[in-house]
Amino acid sequence: MAIGGDLAIGDVVVQGVQLTLVLVVAPFLTGLVRTVKARLLRRRGPSPLQPYRDLQRLLRKEVVLADSASWLFRVAPYLVFAVIWVAAALIPTFATGLLFSWSADMIAIVALLGTARFFLALAGLDVGTSFGGIGSSREMMFASVAEPAMLMAVFTLSLLAGSTQLSSVANFMLSQHVGLRISLGLVFVALLIVAIAENARIPVDNPATHLELTMVHEAMVLEYSGRHLAMIEAAAFLKLLLYASLLACVFTPWGMAAAGEGAIAYLVGIAAYLLKLTLAGVALAVFETSIAKMRVFRVPEFLGAALMLGLLGTLLLFVTRSL
Amino acid sequence: MNLILVLVASLFLAAIAAMPLCRRPVGRPAVYGFTFAVCTAIVVAALPALSAAEAVAARVLPLGIPWIGAHFRLDPLAAFFLLVINLGGAAASFYAIGYGRHEQANERILPFFPAFLAAMNLVVLADDAFVFLFSWELMSLASWALVMAHHHDRGTQHAGYVYLLMASFGTLCLLLAFGLLAGTHGGYLFPAMREGSLPRFAQALVLVLVLLGAGSKAGIVPLHVWLPLAHPAAPSHVSALMSGVMTKVAIYGLIRLIFDLSGPPEWWWGVIVLVVGAVTAVLGVLYALMQHDLKRLLAYHTVENIGIIYIGLGLALAFLANGMATGAALALTAALFHVLNHSLFKSLLFFGSGAVLRATGERDMEHLGGLIHRMPVTTATFLTGCAAISALPPLNGFVSEWLTFQAILISPSLPQWGLKFLVPAVGAALALSAALAAACFVKAFGITFLGRPRSRAAAQAQEVDAFSTGAMIVLAALCVLAGVLPSLAVDALSGVVETLTAGARLPQQATMPWLSLIPVSAARSSYNGLILLVFIAVTSTVVAAFVRRLGSHTVRRSAAWDCGTPDPSPITQYTAGSFAQPIRRVFGRTAFRASEHVEMPEPASLEPARLRADLRDLVWEYLFAPIASAITYASGRINALQFLTIRRYLALVFAVLLLLLSGLALWQ
Repeated sequence: MAIGGDLAIGDVVVQGVQLTLVLVVAPFLTGLVRTVKARLLRRRGPSPLQPYRDLQRLLRKEVVLADSASWLFRVAPYLVFAVIWVAAALIPTFATGLLFSWSADMIAIVALLGTARFFLALAGLDVGTSFGGIGSSREMMFASVAEPAMLMAVFTLSLLAGSTQLSSVANFMLSQHVGLRISLGLVFVALLIVAIAENARIPVDNPATHLELTMVHEAMVLEYSGRHLAMIEAAAFLKLLLYASLLACVFTPWGMAAAGEGAIAYLVGIAAYLLKLTLAGVALAVFETSIAKMRVFRVPEFLGAALMLGLLGTLLLFVTRSL
Repeated sequence: MNLILVLVASLFLAAIAAMPLCRRPVGRPAVYGFTFAVCTAIVVAALPALSAAEAVAARVLPLGIPWIGAHFRLDPLAAFFLLVINLGGAAASFYAIGYGRHEQANERILPFFPAFLAAMNLVVLADDAFVFLFSWELMSLASWALVMAHHHDRGTQHAGYVYLLMASFGTLCLLLAFGLLAGTHGGYLFPAMREGSLPRFAQALVLVLVLLGAGSKAGIVPLHVWLPLAHPAAPSHVSALMSGVMTKVAIYGLIRLIFDLSGPPEWWWGVIVLVVGAVTAVLGVLYALMQHDLKRLLAYHTVENIGIIYIGLGLALAFLANGMATGAALALTAALFHVLNHSLFKSLLFFGSGAVLRATGERDMEHLGGLIHRMPVTTATFLTGCAAISALPPLNGFVSEWLTFQAILISPSLPQWGLKFLVPAVGAALALSAALAAACFVKAFGITFLGRPRSRAAAQAQEVDAFSTGAMIVLAALCVLAGVLPSLAVDALSGVVETLTAGARLPQQATMPWLSLIPVSAARSSYNGLILLVFIAVTSTVVAAFVRRLGSHTVRRSAAWDCGTPDPSPITQYTAGSFAQPIRRVFGRTAFRASEHVEMPEPASLEPARLRADLRDLVWEYLFAPIASAITYASGRINALQFLTIRRYLALVFAVLLLLLSGLALWQ
């Protein structure tokens, strides 16, 4: 899709499908991870559809707002949700060359996630409790290493593909002259580490815990309730989906439809996308059950490894294009 | 050109007129109103000169050195910096109409304020070394006087002393640089310098001297030490001018001398500027994160932004040296756009901190909090500034960093190995500093404006007057505008970039579909802040409306949950120090040798336990302190020469004579 081509109805529909698809599938991915984790721990666990029920329940409940909460606290959930949704909708999932995919490249998507994090961290400080502060402070500390690591990974990919557009990167990965490259391996590991950290998964953070001092993300949103909490949870589901889609789009672009290939190709693309997500969810659950959480101050070293891998990948490509 | 010179002269006249006026109540609004009008007029007058198509205007006035006169010139580069200076100047003047009402020492501010503005304008307009250095020194002295306005305050005198020392050191370096550029026949006019060609080692020496001279004014590490002392000590509207605008005049000095006057660059110039920029960016933001004083945090953060601008300029030098003019155009556009952006949001943030200072009397974040309930306009504008400076889309700070990243991504084609290894590391440093900046401003905004008030003053704060809020609203609006419509700014910069890269520029942006920003080609990269803003606004509104319609819309107020153990005392909140603690532990161990000491009381003692965090400023300890002690030691020793007997003086004279004669003998 060239920038500013004519607004064809078909393109609008495809972009609309993408927007809805990510929103509808996101809770399922998180539910799937939870179910598989429970099974691996020999529990029955909830159905993968439980997150949908949770959201519905939260939406119906009243909001209990702390006395000291300001307008920022009430606006932040919607803003965070909207920003992450927009970012998720800009990542090619089942088709490349979406209508608006050119309005933000990979660097802008990383920065959009930064915007969401910025406002969530502020919301954590808004009520003026110590738990909110501890969450915000640690989240920003993780991000201060994770974001550059992700940017270096992005640099490596864009140096390979000669473009910072995700669509172009996906097309490049589909093309013949990719081959096995060291830099791609480095970037894959770096992006995996960042994805785990940014989604508050084990070993960085434990999404299931409510032990006060072991949590980061959960501490930050501790004061939220009702529909606000629903928005925050939905944003977290979308973020997990976003990283899974990003990895899928870059490293397993097979089955993706090109722009304007027709309905069959799109359906194949959607089926392939759902399959990839399922695999990613299962892999995440297996990984999480097989590893222990690390201490908070070990995390920067873990993320620092990702930063170094990303930097190494970029450096290799500055030296020679063939690695 | 004539009009602009007349306007600048009127600023000088205003400085003189302010002397008798400054003790009267009418003086303050009259002076600030006048400077506001003049600055706005200069902005309007300088706008057409931005495009290269406009003929470059030059004037010679019979001032200064007899028979030589003072030379002035208005080219696109000068016009752009005039724009930055006077935009900041107009905003600061407007803000000060209200802010100055509570100022105790107006007689020490009003005469110097217009002089400071006029001097900055003259630096940019100068076309010979004499006018440049004279205005540069005038700028330093006027701002020094403004820093010393509250000279009774603790720390201000020290700040003023250090500033004066660093400023004279900087001017000395620039003086020597101009001496080298003028060559043996003394061509002190800029056109003569442009024509002349220097030997290589002289060129290198000029680069080093300019980096020391202009760099010390801009605040590059390790010459930044004066900046976090002097900028916060001044009244807030002057802090905004010093941090947002005067550092940009220093950037102008670097660009004028290196890109314009000193001839074609070598590739390793880029290496030096890139290394300085990367170190400055990362260390600047780390220093800023450790501060608890709001204005000092902002001043340290200026250091970081100067580093980002230097990275853009270093890339431009590297590209220029290799004849890659389009790359140079991209990097220069990024750097100049960041100059404009930083002047907007840093002025805005200093205005905000000034508003907080006036409403509460506090600069220390540990005594603030909860201001979002008391100062809605200041909070909203300060938040915009924080988001912009943290490089968050869709605001303006992100666009200039995005452009810098794009310039980094086309640099693998640079042939030199040194650059190939350096540029990825610089990219990582830039990414790191952007992420740390976000943490820094979550801290600055979150601790100051959110949470519960930590002092009585913060609990009783009142919103500031309409002039102050008006200036902040305009700057915040400009930040948003420059973020969503960057194409206009990039197009306006193309004339400036063309004059520095011998004609290369970015493609015309205004004709791009949907007003997208496409620096190289559409297949490579594009960004559209406007569409992102519309998308985010529409989706968040739709979602909020949807949730309100389908879900519940009841809200119940209650005490904070806080895991079931809420504490009514606001001292249990996270503080600035505790917010920065994880980052201090991760980065501070190496950067500041940070260490923590816990002092536990004896059992059964009623003493409180204490946690002390020690930070060491290694730059001060290992660079400035040894120099200072060496000078003290030497002057102590030399002082003894004043108290000799006549016999010894005669012996000394004889010894010196012998030494000189033997030197002469050896020479021949």
